[in-house]
Amino acid sequence: MQNDFVRIQEADFDLTTEIKALRMDDPRVGAVVNFVGTVRDMNDGSQVKGMTLEHYPGMTEKALEDIIAQARSRWDIYKTLVIHRVGPLLPKDQIVLVAVTSAHRGEAFAACEFIMDYLKTAAPFWKKEDAPEGARWVDARVTDDAAKVRWEQKS
Amino acid sequence: MKLELRFFASLREGLGLSGESIITPSEVKTIADLRVHLMERGNPWAEVLASNKVIRCALNQEMVKDSTSLVEGAEVAFFPPVTGG
Repeated sequence: MQNDFVRIQEADFDLTTEIKALRMDDPRVGAVVNFVGTVRDMNDGSQVKGMTLEHYPGMTEKALEDIIAQARSRWDIYKTLVIHRVGPLLPKDQIVLVAVTSAHRGEAFAACEFIMDYLKTAAPFWKKEDAPEGARWVDARVTDDAAKVRWEQKS
Repeated sequence: MKLELRFFASLREGLGLSGESIITPSEVKTIADLRVHLMERGNPWAEVLASNKVIRCALNQEMVKDSTSLVEGAEVAFFPPVTGG
């Protein structure tokens, strides 16, 4: 049975539908944790009119599967789902969904945060924003690297 | 050595190229050597791949260090630090 689901798509996603499918009426599940990332209208002091997300087809899927495998080696979790949108997006749009099921909340919270932190620094996606000054590639944040390092110190 | 190069995001735009097949001379052994070899083509390569720029690299779709050895027929990608999520 497939336990890990990774999808890269242009289309939006419906949280309720995705969570229902992930739970699969499995009575062992006692915790479902999810994170949804959305497009803000401000970044680095500029109004963001929209953005385009580029990725590295092939590597993106491999990188996410590897991140999920690392999460599995650390926590006892049942199912995982990562959906990441690519292409043109507007403020308020959903960008990413990470969802994890497990017997208890501690494992699910930790695994979900871990997957998200690693996605931010190891999965090959790039954002290009449309700002009043023109289109610009978003710079990586030092705080994202710090969030990943935090997990390395815990291991 | 025969390699398939790929470029993404700001590097792709700066070079005006998303990829190319190249044959490298025998002295090009590592990722770092390849970067220098490409910079020797002059601009825009020298500018886009300049050593003061933070650039990530993947060998056969796995993130690697500059010191990693190249392998025959590999897909080698250069890109800026990732900004997804």
